Amino acid sequence: MANKLMVQVEQLNKSFGDLHVLRNVDLQVEESNVVVLIGASGSGKSTLLRCLNFLEIKDEGRIFLEGEQIEKETHNLNEIRQRVGMVFQHFNLFPHKTVLENVIEAPILVKKTPKKQAIDDGKALLDKVGLADKYHVYPSTLSGGQKQRVAIARSLAMKPEVMLFDEPTSALDPELVGEVLNTMKELADEGMTMVVVTHEMGFAREVGDWVVYMHDGKIVEYGRPEELFDQPKEQRTKEFLSSIL
Amino acid sequence: MSHFFDVFMVSYPIFLEGLKITLYLSAASLIMAFVIGLFFAILKISSIKPLQWIADGYIWLIRGTPLIVQIFVLYYGITEIILIDAFWAGAIGLAIHSGAYIAEIIRGSIQSIAKGQMEAGRSLGMTKLQTMRRIILPQAFRRAIPSLGNQFIIGIKDSSLVSFIGAQELFGVSSSLGSNSFDFLTFYSIAAVYYLVIVLVLSVVVNRIEKRLAKSD
Ligand SMILES: Nc1ncnc2c1ncn2[C@@H]1O[C@H](COP(=O)(O)OP(=O)(O)OP(=O)(O)O)[C@@H](O)[C@H]1O
Ligand SMILES: [Mg+2]
Repeated sequence: MANKLMVQVEQLNKSFGDLHVLRNVDLQVEESNVVVLIGASGSGKSTLLRCLNFLEIKDEGRIFLEGEQIEKETHNLNEIRQRVGMVFQHFNLFPHKTVLENVIEAPILVKKTPKKQAIDDGKALLDKVGLADKYHVYPSTLSGGQKQRVAIARSLAMKPEVMLFDEPTSALDPELVGEVLNTMKELADEGMTMVVVTHEMGFAREVGDWVVYMHDGKIVEYGRPEELFDQPKEQRTKEFLSSIL
Repeated sequence: MSHFFDVFMVSYPIFLEGLKITLYLSAASLIMAFVIGLFFAILKISSIKPLQWIADGYIWLIRGTPLIVQIFVLYYGITEIILIDAFWAGAIGLAIHSGAYIAEIIRGSIQSIAKGQMEAGRSLGMTKLQTMRRIILPQAFRRAIPSLGNQFIIGIKDSSLVSFIGAQELFGVSSSLGSNSFDFLTFYSIAAVYYLVIVLVLSVVVNRIEKRLAKSD
């Protein structure tokens, strides 16, 4: 039996002025699956992710979360965003708050979680991402890898149903990439539904359930990692893969 | 020099009265100016064009006219409608004046906060307003402190102009004492000393705050 669909995108279109960035994009993400998005710079990967958590509003098409069609006219998008976590390339931690304060801010403010509960949950999440000794330091004192793990914990604190990652390791020194990918792998192993934009092909192969190749705002090819990487069907996919390997 | 100190010592009880009024006037006007400045800064960064125009118009009007003219227009304008004393007319005039500059300072520092901060807040389900209040503004204020401190110092010195509508603050006191004795030079020099001390104290306070906040960044 097919798994429950967590995210469904149908015929999504998005333009910025004259620039048509997403063209008739269709995408389905099953529960507990990891979908990896690859593609050249400017192909629309970030825009697609940002449409999924409504940081950008689509022009046309339909987006479903757990089978429910989400529209800005009928839904409170602030509530929808609580259900879709997002991790950014540049972490975007709150520099004026300590690590723990970063993590508990949204649960307390948005979900009205009692402070004590939020602190306990936040500490547990920080322990999980390996930062048990960093509760009370400011983000500026952390390495890039540690910052990104805080950002992951901060996002998880809202108990999202889906996590989106936009090039989470691209801003990191090479030796720090592994610790963040490991954290993401653990999350995937626990059954989190994830959509990940990344250039880390090793991660895509090992952790990805599906790989999606985008070009010029269109999904060119979609397949299991071993199929797409080893026997790409489309000429464009072949060219892209040989350009990055 | 010894004449200066003698006069200083004899006149200090009167000057302290003036000092008190200068401090109250500055505090009242700067608190109001801060609220006005924050309000217009938010109008300017709002995405609603007419609100931006209102803020632009206000800032243009204030920057394009001398403070002394603003104080007089306001004083005679308000007293047409209600009876208000020179202190409050002056405080309101100074607040409207400094507010325009503070609006620009706050707007600049809000816009200097990286776009990713708003996105991070929104992606956690926070509203625009919540993100503004909890994430953007606290960072923007920290960044604005040196410029705000500077504007506060200007505000304190500008409060001397309120003497022209009759407030007996530091400058008003020294003018009165000067014209009674014709010893203008001495009394204005004494006033200068008081202003220097206030500005010095405020600079030290702003520096301290800056250093303390820098630690958490
Ligand atoms: N807010 C915006 N306003 C105007 N143009 C935009 C905006 N956001 C993205 N674009 C443009 O849309 C196109 C797709 O951008 P997008 O960021 O989705 O690509 P990407 O695949 O994530 O690329 P990269 O690998 O460089 O991150 C680009 O040409 C980009 O310049
Ligand atoms: Mg991108």
